[in-house]
Amino acid sequence: MASIKIRAKAKDGVTTVKALISHPMETGLRKNSKTGEKIPAHHVTEVTAEHNGKQVMNANWSGGISKNPYLSFKFKGAAAGDTIKISWVDNMGKGDSAEAQVK
Amino acid sequence: MNLLRRKLVKTAVFVGTTASLVGTGVLLPQRVLGAYATAAFEAKDVDGAISGSLGSGSVTASDSVKLKAPDIAENGAVVPVTVSSSMANVTAISIIAKSNASPLTSTYTLSAECEPFVSTRIKMAKTADVIAVIKADGKLYSATKEVKVTIGGCGG
Repeated sequence: MASIKIRAKAKDGVTTVKALISHPMETGLRKNSKTGEKIPAHHVTEVTAEHNGKQVMNANWSGGISKNPYLSFKFKGAAAGDTIKISWVDNMGKGDSAEAQVK
Repeated sequence: MNLLRRKLVKTAVFVGTTASLVGTGVLLPQRVLGAYATAAFEAKDVDGAISGSLGSGSVTASDSVKLKAPDIAENGAVVPVTVSSSMANVTAISIIAKSNASPLTSTYTLSAECEPFVSTRIKMAKTADVIAVIKADGKLYSATKEVKVTIGGCGG
Protein backbone atom coordinates (compact mmCIF):
# COMPACT_ATOMS: atom_id res chain seq x y z
CA MET A 1 0.00 0.00 0.00
CA ALA A 2 1.64 3.08 -1.12
CA SER A 3 -0.31 5.86 0.50
CA ILE A 4 2.56 8.34 0.54
CA LYS A 5 4.37 10.09 -2.26
CA ILE A 6 7.60 11.82 -1.33
CA ARG A 7 9.88 14.20 -3.20
CA ALA A 8 13.03 15.42 -1.53
CA LYS A 9 15.48 17.74 -3.20
CA ALA A 10 18.70 19.20 -1.82
CA LYS A 11 19.85 22.61 -2.98
CA ASP A 12 22.53 24.79 -1.38
CA GLY A 13 22.53 22.61 1.74
CA VAL A 14 18.79 22.91 2.32
CA THR A 15 16.57 19.95 1.55
CA THR A 16 12.97 20.58 0.62
CA VAL A 17 10.67 17.67 1.32
CA LYS A 18 7.22 17.47 -0.23
CA ALA A 19 4.81 14.71 0.63
CA LEU A 20 1.31 13.72 -0.40
CA ILE A 21 -0.68 11.25 1.68
CA SER A 22 -3.83 9.50 0.48
CA HIS A 23 -6.35 9.74 3.28
CA PRO A 24 -10.07 10.64 3.55
CA MET A 25 -9.49 13.05 6.50
CA GLU A 26 -13.05 12.92 7.87
CA THR A 27 -13.63 15.48 10.62
CA GLY A 28 -16.47 13.60 12.28
CA LEU A 29 -18.78 16.58 11.70
CA ARG A 30 -19.97 15.71 8.20
CA LYS A 31 -23.26 13.89 7.72
CA ASN A 32 -24.23 11.32 5.18
CA SER A 33 -26.64 13.21 2.92
CA LYS A 34 -28.95 10.21 2.44
CA THR A 35 -29.22 8.75 5.94
CA GLY A 36 -28.42 11.86 7.99
CA GLU A 37 -26.00 9.84 10.08
CA LYS A 38 -22.71 11.35 11.07
CA ILE A 39 -19.67 10.04 9.29
CA PRO A 40 -17.23 9.03 12.02
CA ALA A 41 -13.99 10.96 12.35
CA HIS A 42 -11.15 9.38 10.45
CA HIS A 43 -8.11 11.57 10.07
CA VAL A 44 -4.36 11.44 10.33
CA THR A 45 -3.21 12.50 13.78
CA GLU A 46 0.52 12.26 13.50
CA VAL A 47 3.13 12.51 10.76
CA THR A 48 6.82 12.04 11.41
CA ALA A 49 9.75 12.58 9.09
CA GLU A 50 13.13 10.94 9.56
CA HIS A 51 16.42 11.70 7.88
CA ASN A 52 18.74 8.66 7.89
CA GLY A 53 16.84 7.31 10.90
CA LYS A 54 16.89 10.57 12.89
CA GLN A 55 13.61 12.36 13.44
CA VAL A 56 13.63 15.86 11.97
CA MET A 57 9.98 16.87 12.00
CA ASN A 58 6.77 15.85 13.70
CA ALA A 59 3.31 17.07 12.76
CA ASN A 60 0.11 16.73 14.76
CA TRP A 61 -3.01 17.06 12.68
CA SER A 62 -6.72 17.42 13.31
CA GLY A 63 -9.53 16.87 10.82
CA GLY A 64 -8.94 20.47 9.79
CA ILE A 65 -6.34 19.38 7.27
CA SER A 66 -7.63 18.81 3.75
CA LYS A 67 -8.40 15.45 2.24
CA ASN A 68 -5.37 13.75 0.71
CA PRO A 69 -3.05 15.98 2.73
CA TYR A 70 -0.05 17.79 1.33
CA LEU A 71 2.90 18.65 3.53
CA SER A 72 6.13 20.42 2.76
CA PHE A 73 9.02 21.37 5.01
CA LYS A 74 12.72 22.20 4.76
CA PHE A 75 15.74 21.10 6.72
CA LYS A 76 19.51 21.36 6.61
CA GLY A 77 22.23 18.73 6.66
CA ALA A 78 21.11 16.19 4.09
CA ALA A 79 23.01 15.21 0.96
CA ALA A 80 21.86 13.59 -2.25
CA GLY A 81 21.25 9.88 -1.74
CA ASP A 82 20.23 10.20 1.91
CA THR A 83 17.05 8.46 3.00
CA ILE A 84 13.93 10.35 3.99
CA LYS A 85 11.28 8.30 5.74
CA ILE A 86 7.78 9.62 6.36
CA SER A 87 5.22 7.78 8.44
CA TRP A 88 1.69 8.60 9.53
CA VAL A 89 -0.78 7.26 12.09
CA ASP A 90 -4.52 8.00 12.09
CA ASN A 91 -7.12 8.11 14.86
CA MET A 92 -8.21 4.56 14.06
CA GLY A 93 -4.74 3.24 14.71
CA LYS A 94 -3.88 2.63 11.09
CA GLY A 95 -0.69 3.89 9.57
CA ASP A 96 1.80 3.64 6.79
CA SER A 97 5.32 4.72 5.99
CA ALA A 98 7.41 5.26 2.90
CA GLU A 99 10.99 6.07 2.06
CA ALA A 100 12.60 8.13 -0.66
CA GLN A 101 16.10 9.24 -1.60
CA VAL A 102 17.15 12.87 -1.55
CA LYS A 103 17.89 14.12 -5.04
CA MET B 1 -14.52 -22.58 38.40
CA ASN B 2 -10.97 -21.97 39.41
CA LEU B 3 -10.08 -21.50 35.78
CA LEU B 4 -12.32 -18.50 35.52
CA ARG B 5 -10.78 -17.05 38.61
CA ARG B 6 -7.27 -17.51 37.21
CA LYS B 7 -8.30 -15.85 34.00
CA LEU B 8 -9.72 -12.88 35.86
CA VAL B 9 -6.59 -12.49 37.94
CA LYS B 10 -4.40 -12.74 34.87
CA THR B 11 -6.42 -10.14 32.98
CA ALA B 12 -6.35 -7.80 35.93
CA VAL B 13 -2.58 -8.10 36.25
CA PHE B 14 -2.12 -7.59 32.51
CA VAL B 15 -4.38 -4.54 32.41
CA GLY B 16 -2.60 -3.16 35.44
CA THR B 17 0.87 -3.51 33.96
CA THR B 18 -0.13 -2.20 30.57
CA ALA B 19 -1.75 0.85 32.09
CA SER B 20 1.28 1.62 34.20
CA LEU B 21 3.60 1.10 31.23
CA VAL B 22 1.58 3.50 29.13
CA GLY B 23 1.54 5.87 32.09
CA THR B 24 5.30 5.94 32.32
CA GLY B 25 5.63 6.25 28.57
CA VAL B 26 7.41 2.93 28.05
CA LEU B 27 4.90 1.62 25.53
CA LEU B 28 4.36 4.86 23.68
CA PRO B 29 5.78 5.09 20.19
CA GLN B 30 8.81 7.30 19.65
CA ARG B 31 7.98 10.66 21.07
CA VAL B 32 11.20 12.45 20.36
CA LEU B 33 9.34 15.53 19.22
CA GLY B 34 5.91 16.71 20.33
CA ALA B 35 3.19 14.57 21.89
CA TYR B 36 -0.35 14.71 20.49
CA ALA B 37 -2.13 17.49 22.36
CA THR B 38 -5.71 16.21 22.36
CA ALA B 39 -6.98 19.07 24.52
CA ALA B 40 -5.60 21.65 22.12
CA PHE B 41 -7.33 20.03 19.17
CA GLU B 42 -10.61 19.87 21.07
CA ALA B 43 -10.39 23.50 22.16
CA LYS B 44 -13.17 25.64 20.72
CA ASP B 45 -11.39 28.96 20.90
CA VAL B 46 -8.15 30.34 19.58
CA ASP B 47 -6.58 30.92 23.00
CA GLY B 48 -7.14 27.33 24.02
CA ALA B 49 -5.70 26.12 20.75
CA ILE B 50 -2.55 28.17 21.19
CA SER B 51 -1.93 27.45 24.84
CA GLY B 52 -2.66 23.76 24.39
CA SER B 53 -0.35 23.29 21.44
CA LEU B 54 2.51 25.68 22.11
CA GLY B 55 2.25 26.41 25.81
CA SER B 56 0.87 29.50 27.45
CA GLY B 57 2.44 32.87 27.11
CA SER B 58 1.59 36.12 25.46
CA VAL B 59 1.50 36.07 21.68
CA THR B 60 3.16 38.96 19.87
CA ALA B 61 2.17 39.81 16.32
CA SER B 62 5.35 39.96 14.28
CA ASP B 63 6.36 40.90 10.76
CA SER B 64 9.01 38.20 10.92
CA VAL B 65 6.31 35.58 10.64
CA LYS B 66 5.26 35.14 7.03
CA LEU B 67 1.87 33.63 6.38
CA LYS B 68 1.00 32.91 2.78
CA ALA B 69 -2.63 32.11 2.06
CA PRO B 70 -5.03 33.10 -0.72
CA ASP B 71 -7.16 36.26 -0.33
CA ILE B 72 -10.13 34.36 -1.65
CA ALA B 73 -10.51 30.60 -1.43
CA GLU B 74 -13.18 29.31 -3.76
CA ASN B 75 -13.16 25.93 -2.11
CA GLY B 76 -13.02 26.00 1.67
CA ALA B 77 -12.07 22.33 1.73
CA VAL B 78 -8.67 23.03 0.24
CA VAL B 79 -6.91 26.21 1.33
CA PRO B 80 -3.16 26.20 0.74
CA VAL B 81 -1.25 27.76 3.62
CA THR B 82 2.49 28.36 3.91
CA VAL B 83 4.18 29.59 7.06
CA SER B 84 7.78 30.72 7.14
CA SER B 85 9.89 32.99 9.28
CA SER B 86 13.15 34.86 9.36
CA MET B 87 13.62 34.10 13.05
CA ALA B 88 16.18 31.71 14.45
CA ASN B 89 15.55 28.82 16.84
CA VAL B 90 11.99 28.16 15.73
CA THR B 91 10.89 24.99 17.49
CA ALA B 92 7.19 24.77 16.68
CA ILE B 93 4.55 26.12 14.32
CA SER B 94 0.75 26.00 14.71
CA ILE B 95 -1.80 26.81 12.04
CA ILE B 96 -5.20 27.96 13.29
CA ALA B 97 -8.41 28.66 11.35
CA LYS B 98 -10.39 30.95 13.64
CA SER B 99 -13.97 30.02 12.78
CA ASN B 100 -13.58 26.26 12.50
CA ALA B 101 -15.41 24.09 15.03
CA SER B 102 -12.00 23.15 16.35
CA PRO B 103 -9.69 25.99 15.34
CA LEU B 104 -6.35 24.20 15.66
CA THR B 105 -5.68 22.48 12.35
CA SER B 106 -2.14 21.36 12.93
CA THR B 107 1.01 21.74 14.98
CA TYR B 108 4.50 21.08 13.67
CA THR B 109 7.43 20.36 15.94
CA LEU B 110 10.71 21.18 14.26
CA SER B 111 14.12 19.84 15.17
CA ALA B 112 17.22 22.02 15.15
CA GLU B 113 17.98 21.02 11.55
CA CYS B 114 14.67 22.32 10.24
CA GLU B 115 14.23 25.64 8.51
CA PRO B 116 11.25 27.61 9.83
CA PHE B 117 9.03 26.62 6.91
CA VAL B 118 5.88 24.53 6.66
CA SER B 119 3.37 24.30 3.86
CA THR B 120 0.09 22.39 3.83
CA ARG B 121 -3.58 22.59 2.86
CA ILE B 122 -6.28 23.21 5.44
CA LYS B 123 -10.09 23.14 5.56
CA MET B 124 -12.03 26.27 6.43
CA ALA B 125 -15.68 26.32 7.43
CA LYS B 126 -16.22 29.94 6.39
CA THR B 127 -14.52 33.29 5.85
CA ALA B 128 -12.21 33.80 8.79
CA ASP B 129 -8.75 34.72 9.94
CA VAL B 130 -6.00 32.18 9.52
CA ILE B 131 -3.49 32.55 12.31
CA ALA B 132 0.05 31.20 12.20
CA VAL B 133 1.77 31.02 15.55
CA ILE B 134 5.43 30.14 15.85
CA LYS B 135 7.54 29.44 18.88
CA ALA B 136 11.04 30.90 18.74
CA ASP B 137 13.39 30.88 21.74
CA GLY B 138 10.40 29.92 23.90
CA LYS B 139 8.36 32.98 22.90
CA LEU B 140 5.26 33.06 20.72
CA TYR B 141 4.86 35.18 17.61
CA SER B 142 1.94 35.28 15.23
CA ALA B 143 0.77 36.43 11.84
CA THR B 144 -2.86 36.73 10.80
CA LYS B 145 -4.50 36.82 7.41
CA GLU B 146 -8.17 36.86 6.49
CA VAL B 147 -9.21 34.33 3.88
CA LYS B 148 -12.57 34.77 2.18
CA VAL B 149 -14.29 31.47 1.53
CA THR B 150 -16.88 31.47 -1.24
CA ILE B 151 -18.91 28.32 -1.18
CA GLY B 152 -20.20 27.26 -4.55
CA GLY B 153 -17.05 28.27 -6.37
CA CYS B 154 -18.57 31.29 -8.14
CA GLY B 155 -15.53 33.41 -7.39
CA GLY B 156 -15.34 36.46 -5.17
